Amino acid sequence: MRTMAPLVKADEPAAELLLRDVHVLDPRTALDARRDVRVRGGRVVELAEPATVDPSAGEEVLEGDGRLRVLPAFFDPHVHLRTPGHEHKEDIGSGTRAAAAGGFAGVIAMPNTDPVLDSAPLLRSLRDAAAREAHVSVGFLPAITRGLEGEQLTEMAELRQEGALGFTDDGRPVQSAGVLRRALQYQRLCGGVIALHEEDPTLSRGGSMHEGAVSAALGIAGIPTISESTMLARDAALAGYEDARVHFQHLSCSASVDAVADGKARGWRLSAEVSPHHLLLTEQDVRGMDTRMKMHPPLATEADRQALIEGLRSGTIDCVASDHAPHARDEKEVPFEQAPMGTTGLETAFAALYTHLVLPGVIELGLLVERLSAGAPLFGLPAPVIAAGEPADLAVVDLDAEWIAGEHGWESRSENCCFAGRPLRGRVVLTVAAGALAFRGRTLALAGAS
Amino acid sequence: MRHLLSIDDLDRAGIERIVSQAERFSEVSDREIKKVPALRGRMVLNLFYEASTRTRSSFELAAKRLSADVVNFAASGSSVEKGESLKDTVLTLSAHKPDAIVLRTPWAGASELVSRWCTASIVNAGDGKREHPTQALLDVYTLRRTLGDIDGASIWIVGDVAHSRVARSNILAFRRMGAKVTLAGPPTLIPRGIEALGCEVRYSLEELPSADVVYALRMQRERMSETWVPSMREYANWYQINARRLTPRQVLMHPGPVNRGVELSGEVVDSPQAVITAQVEAGVVVRMAVLYELLAGARPQLPQQDLGAREGAAVREGQPA
Repeated sequence: MRTMAPLVKADEPAAELLLRDVHVLDPRTALDARRDVRVRGGRVVELAEPATVDPSAGEEVLEGDGRLRVLPAFFDPHVHLRTPGHEHKEDIGSGTRAAAAGGFAGVIAMPNTDPVLDSAPLLRSLRDAAAREAHVSVGFLPAITRGLEGEQLTEMAELRQEGALGFTDDGRPVQSAGVLRRALQYQRLCGGVIALHEEDPTLSRGGSMHEGAVSAALGIAGIPTISESTMLARDAALAGYEDARVHFQHLSCSASVDAVADGKARGWRLSAEVSPHHLLLTEQDVRGMDTRMKMHPPLATEADRQALIEGLRSGTIDCVASDHAPHARDEKEVPFEQAPMGTTGLETAFAALYTHLVLPGVIELGLLVERLSAGAPLFGLPAPVIAAGEPADLAVVDLDAEWIAGEHGWESRSENCCFAGRPLRGRVVLTVAAGALAFRGRTLALAGAS
Repeated sequence: MRHLLSIDDLDRAGIERIVSQAERFSEVSDREIKKVPALRGRMVLNLFYEASTRTRSSFELAAKRLSADVVNFAASGSSVEKGESLKDTVLTLSAHKPDAIVLRTPWAGASELVSRWCTASIVNAGDGKREHPTQALLDVYTLRRTLGDIDGASIWIVGDVAHSRVARSNILAFRRMGAKVTLAGPPTLIPRGIEALGCEVRYSLEELPSADVVYALRMQRERMSETWVPSMREYANWYQINARRLTPRQVLMHPGPVNRGVELSGEVVDSPQAVITAQVEAGVVVRMAVLYELLAGARPQLPQQDLGAREGAAVREGQPA
């Protein structure tokens, strides 16, 4: 019943690009070898043996020396572009520039804006804005309930006709099981994935961080992990009962991984995402009360972190999502308990995970690349594939590049990144989104063919 | 030492240095003219975002006895109510060039933030439910005067630990001084994971007779409406320190203000075992020692017998930085 294409992006001239002698790694086609890659007219038109393709006139050439990696571009099913209403934090232009700089060719924007994205006219106007400003493809998840208030369903069927990928009340749970059940039933008419932020407000209320030894020492009210895991278990059961398609957002603890695994084992149609910060940081990183470490759900324990890594490895957790949540400097430059929740993450997602999970041998590069792009098929979109004739969505990465996160500033309008100041390995140097050049590293030289 | 943000900033020697300095200052309080010129020309700014009578007035008295100038800035009725951020308030007040800012806020870690925004020495006078380091220092001072030695003493902290910055600072300080600390209170008011600070937890007062010191915390009435405890009556039945529970050799402490009939029965408040008024008295001399440590610490020490009573020494000590 969907009538509009779900993803929108500004029209930009198709790149004419020859990536010469690059190392192509595509976990979906099991290609892991040196190749020449030619991009033209929005597609990969040639995938040849290395250093065999000669540049043609008007084509830009990137010499990979067998070293630069070409990966299927990443896809982030969970970002906050803050438009409309909070453009001082981010807008569609700056947020998608940050995405491109992180190797993402597509993102899904959350509806907790002001006003809330809960009506077809607003969705139309946002898609119009994205068609002018977006550097990468943008899809939208409008709200499940009007105003995110958890009471009245949005006009889900009309929203789907206007291009909604699905629905979420992200930032808040749908507290009433009865309301959520209606949304899941209504999904049979309108389709689309129902994405859920899991939290029991009666357990989390007043909390600013994970409940445990660190919150006890700091005297800061804690949020117990059962706030997430019990709601997730409830909603998984609802999804099972209604045979609905549900996606769980930003898993943060071991008990939630168990609940997803249990639901999947019963054959329920569930999927789940995890953020780079929950995979790499714990409550110990909150000790200094750095407000960049304040996020929702909060960073939990080392055991939770290990369970999330294992969940990602086993496939219980389907994909990585940044939950890119920009906030202005003065909003975060306040005491910890007063600060808004959230960290930016688009620009550091790949490098942080590569540095701390792939380099130490915890997971394979191919698996990371698969999980960084698996968000697309979860929402009914084609998975990016590097093959002749396929649309060109590519990330070119220099795995040897060493950099300090944030040392040269950010493409995002905000700088509240939990990895800021950390030394990282691996850097995106070029991103092709829907066949157009979306990002080019500042130091990257592209030769024009003579 | 530049700031006093947390008891964690002090080792045992640091605590002992401040407490010993306070003992020297205690003599000043007995004089007819209760004043020394040690911090003459210095400015102490009291910046209070929460109502406070005893802490604010004891900091004010401490600064005045050291001859410092004092400015009180209460956040209510000021620019803060017009929406000014903590940072902007601090930057604005810093234009007056205070040498020290005594800060009380409802937010954990606020004093660390403020210490990054200005050049003044910061004294944490309570940050949310996290810490209240000068309270812990005055409690150590009081206990040293009462017991002689804290090393090896068994100290029970009883009541609403979850919402108590006094409890957190005291756990750290008492542990550092070699005491054994036990927390007791309703399970709903003992935060999960608090044992990591090196203390034990009990949910009943059965073993209370083993304590050398009983430190009762204030039980706030609003905790009842938030259903932390079923009723004040039930709380008092299980956790009130009264003549039946307190044994004669035990020392009774409380940070004030006391809710008679809730955490303490009237008779124990008035008993000779209670050192509650001694704690209040200690508040001034310990805060004098803290201000002195922060503002005069880098300079030659005052002669220990004569605390700069002579004008010559005073001028030397009182030079602004």
